Amino acid sequence: MIDVNIIIKDRDGVIHEVVAPTDMAMNLMEVCKLHELPIEGTCGGMAMCASCQCYVLSDHSLPEMQDEEEAMLSEAFYVKERSRLGCQIPITKELHNLEIELAPES
Amino acid sequence: MIQTDILIIGAGPTGLFTVFEAGLLKLRCHLIDALPQPGGQCSELYPKKPIYDIPGLPEILAGDLTKNLLEQGKQFEPGFTLGERADTIEKQEDGSFIVTTNKGTKHQAPIVAIAGGLGSFEPRKPLIENINIYEDKGVSYFIKDPEIYRNKRVVISGGGDSALDWSIFLSDIASEVTLIHRRNEFRGALDSVERVQELKLLGKINLITPAEVKGIHGNGHVEALTVIKGEENIHLETDYFIPLFGLSPKLGPIGNWGFEIEKNAIKVDTLDYQTNIPGIFAIGDVNTYEGKLKLILCGFHEATLMCQSAYKILNPNKKLVLKYTTVSGINGFDGSRKEAPKAVVKAIV
Repeated sequence: MIDVNIIIKDRDGVIHEVVAPTDMAMNLMEVCKLHELPIEGTCGGMAMCASCQCYVLSDHSLPEMQDEEEAMLSEAFYVKERSRLGCQIPITKELHNLEIELAPES
Repeated sequence: MIQTDILIIGAGPTGLFTVFEAGLLKLRCHLIDALPQPGGQCSELYPKKPIYDIPGLPEILAGDLTKNLLEQGKQFEPGFTLGERADTIEKQEDGSFIVTTNKGTKHQAPIVAIAGGLGSFEPRKPLIENINIYEDKGVSYFIKDPEIYRNKRVVISGGGDSALDWSIFLSDIASEVTLIHRRNEFRGALDSVERVQELKLLGKINLITPAEVKGIHGNGHVEALTVIKGEENIHLETDYFIPLFGLSPKLGPIGNWGFEIEKNAIKVDTLDYQTNIPGIFAIGDVNTYEGKLKLILCGFHEATLMCQSAYKILNPNKKLVLKYTTVSGINGFDGSRKEAPKAVVKAIV
């Protein structure tokens, strides 16, 4: 089993370094929830609510955005160039040391 | 005043199944929900998504699950207060509770079951500085009565089904409909997207994309909007502005009812899912306890145990015997009866 480190800046600017398994079919939203970070994941991971929006701070190459995610982000608030929905990013070994920041609650 | 045995706050799957379990114990239910239709998240967020983990149903659309739950409970004649949010609760001297909604509707019951999921759905408001002062003065996040837009100019913003559907609907009523979205692509049913395209070509919908409303102007009522389209600043005169950016759940007033709250959820005793206030239960996604899983099937289980406990509170001197529907059938409050057909016993000669 390979674990990866994810560095998450919460809404108060506090940095959390968490370990995420790559063999549990998890996504970034679930990792945040697992570590009790204040992310809602209201729709459960269907790219339908944008409550798991985050900004990617490191230059990791992430899986390309699908239509559903792009459409949801086009209706979300506080969207920036590096915005992604955590629920649409599966945890893989390529994500080791990924740095993200949680977008404000909306 | 609406009176019932169990007042259920939240008409999602857990609340709806409570009606059935309570009905088996001859307890009547009334449900309050902030949304205008029952089903909670299942009907509001993902009615067309299949659910695969309802026991005995290998695959069911969330919208169909809602329909089935309504059908399953209908002989127990539940009452509904829809489109209203439960705002306050007061305990009465006789031990009952009075729950009042944001529209002033009062409900009284000896037992309250909070089945509020993640909270009541509130509209997501766009980040426009002075939007609050124009609410109900030309800005609305819901369309309650389309007639008020007759022969008026309306601007709708958003890129989902409700923005598309209301633009189509209002194009026959309003004198002018403008739809504004941040992208050229819309996330809606194909029919609706195509219909908006047709209406645009017919000149019945004025489409501005990719663009965003950034400012609202008017003296006591909306008179115009500032719309940013690329480098362009458009001054758009209108009578109404309807931003439709979906809904997001907020625990809301329930959070101030005196419950022990942990992780934005209500702590309960796993014996019967009662909260720290006797007579008030919390079931489904709204509650928390050690090992909690936010699954519809867990909500059904919690609702079932909760009804048993509610019965004992309401009937302290009666002994309760668990009845199987296969044996006793179902006696509806509407006089209906469902039961298994009797086996045929016939000799073979």
